[in-house]
Amino acid sequence: MSDRALVVVRAGALTTVQDRGRPGHAHLGVPRSGALDPPAAALVNRLAGNAPDAAVLETTLNGCALRPRSTVTVAVGGAFCPVAVGGRPAAWGAPVVVPAGELLEVGAAVAGVRAYVAVSGGIAPEPVLGSRSTDLLSGLGPPPLTDGTVLPLGTPAGPPARVDAAPQPRPPAELVLRVTPGPRDDWFTGRAVRELTTRAYRVSSASNRIGLRTEGPALERARTGELPSEGMVLGAVQVPPDGRPVVFLADHPTTGGYPVIAVVRAADLPAAAQAVPGTAVRFVAVRRR
Amino acid sequence: MRVLPVGDDALLVEAASGAEAQALHAELLRRRAEGSLSVREIVPAARTVLLDGLDDPVRRASELTAWDAPAAAPRARELVELPVRYDGPDLAEVAAHWKVSAREVARIHAATEFTVAFCGFAPGFGYLTGLPARYDVPRRATPRTAVPAGSVALAGPYTGVYPRSSPGGWQLIGTTEAVLWDHARVPAALLSPGTRVRFVPVGDA
Repeated sequence: MSDRALVVVRAGALTTVQDRGRPGHAHLGVPRSGALDPPAAALVNRLAGNAPDAAVLETTLNGCALRPRSTVTVAVGGAFCPVAVGGRPAAWGAPVVVPAGELLEVGAAVAGVRAYVAVSGGIAPEPVLGSRSTDLLSGLGPPPLTDGTVLPLGTPAGPPARVDAAPQPRPPAELVLRVTPGPRDDWFTGRAVRELTTRAYRVSSASNRIGLRTEGPALERARTGELPSEGMVLGAVQVPPDGRPVVFLADHPTTGGYPVIAVVRAADLPAAAQAVPGTAVRFVAVRRR
Repeated sequence: MRVLPVGDDALLVEAASGAEAQALHAELLRRRAEGSLSVREIVPAARTVLLDGLDDPVRRASELTAWDAPAAAPRARELVELPVRYDGPDLAEVAAHWKVSAREVARIHAATEFTVAFCGFAPGFGYLTGLPARYDVPRRATPRTAVPAGSVALAGPYTGVYPRSSPGGWQLIGTTEAVLWDHARVPAALLSPGTRVRFVPVGDA
């Protein structure tokens, strides 16, 4: 069997194909997209012997099950979860061989939200604007996996990494997000700006790949009216009319009309991708570098 | 010009008007093309241009603050003609806002040369300016759950064409057969910021 493909036996709650996304097209209304936890995606690619830009699978909370048609090396990382091959427990965070026709089971996350599954050769649907990422806002890229989907695989770039297990950060008990103020902090009362960085928030279950939604004190505006649409960045803390801050993640819209009170450091966003609903969130004001 | 820092590596440049933002955008593109500006994204919008992914935002900010706003965007050479039937379900409502007949809405709209001020909302959705301010129209009180692809629509000062079927609150005045977005085509977007656009009536509408 030399058929380089992967059959989706159980798609899970939401499993998408992700790589490093399609930055550079925001002026056409195209979101960046890409893996929400880029270090985890890069690590599983390295473990599976792939180039860092190879596409991987990003699962949400309850994993997925896959059957390769040819023998492959896989690596599962990101959210901690049980892994099994042919019904037998296998390693998480390490290269694992899955023989042709055997079932790879990626179980429900024990800690974290999104597990990443790299397969030697990379997941290889047709790229769109240079990326294979599924963009849930605009619908670009391959659709989310469904049971029975057959995914083509690329040609392996090199041998898998020779490691037993690679260290990966634990998902946060408290999500600390460093923020720099602005650009529209002047649209809020001084009290609201202080509240953002002193009060307790929690991750809302309405969070998705577009944004990490929060529950907590509503931030009061100093101005009414609409802000003319303006460009949005990754990590922007946008405040919709209900006053609860939303942190923009990879599938965020390229422009928006709600004021951005602060921006989260990019280095803190992978942890945001792994924070389960209910996790305490603390926004900490830092100086711009 | 007012320059607002956005996070650690982006700047939001605020212009005094939409026209000034378009001129600023054209100038920033020119500087990037000649190699004097290194930035990952240049995102124009209604009154601003976002520079995202700058190497040295602090130095750029002081440079930009010292700029005189460019007078006007150089006229783009590229003109895209979009065939249109003025048969939208909101044509009568727009006519009422404009205080003219539906036929006159079509005539005025087709006689206008538009410019893509910016894109957003969906890949390939352009916000086109060109109509005088007296023709601004409000959004519909209740958005439609599905606006068909190719719908030509008005909201505020803008004209837009829906690249694909999506929910939308704009006033629909016509339809075009033009394919606004095709990711297999190069370029994928028919309209990009700065493109000049004319609507050319087809059929008996």
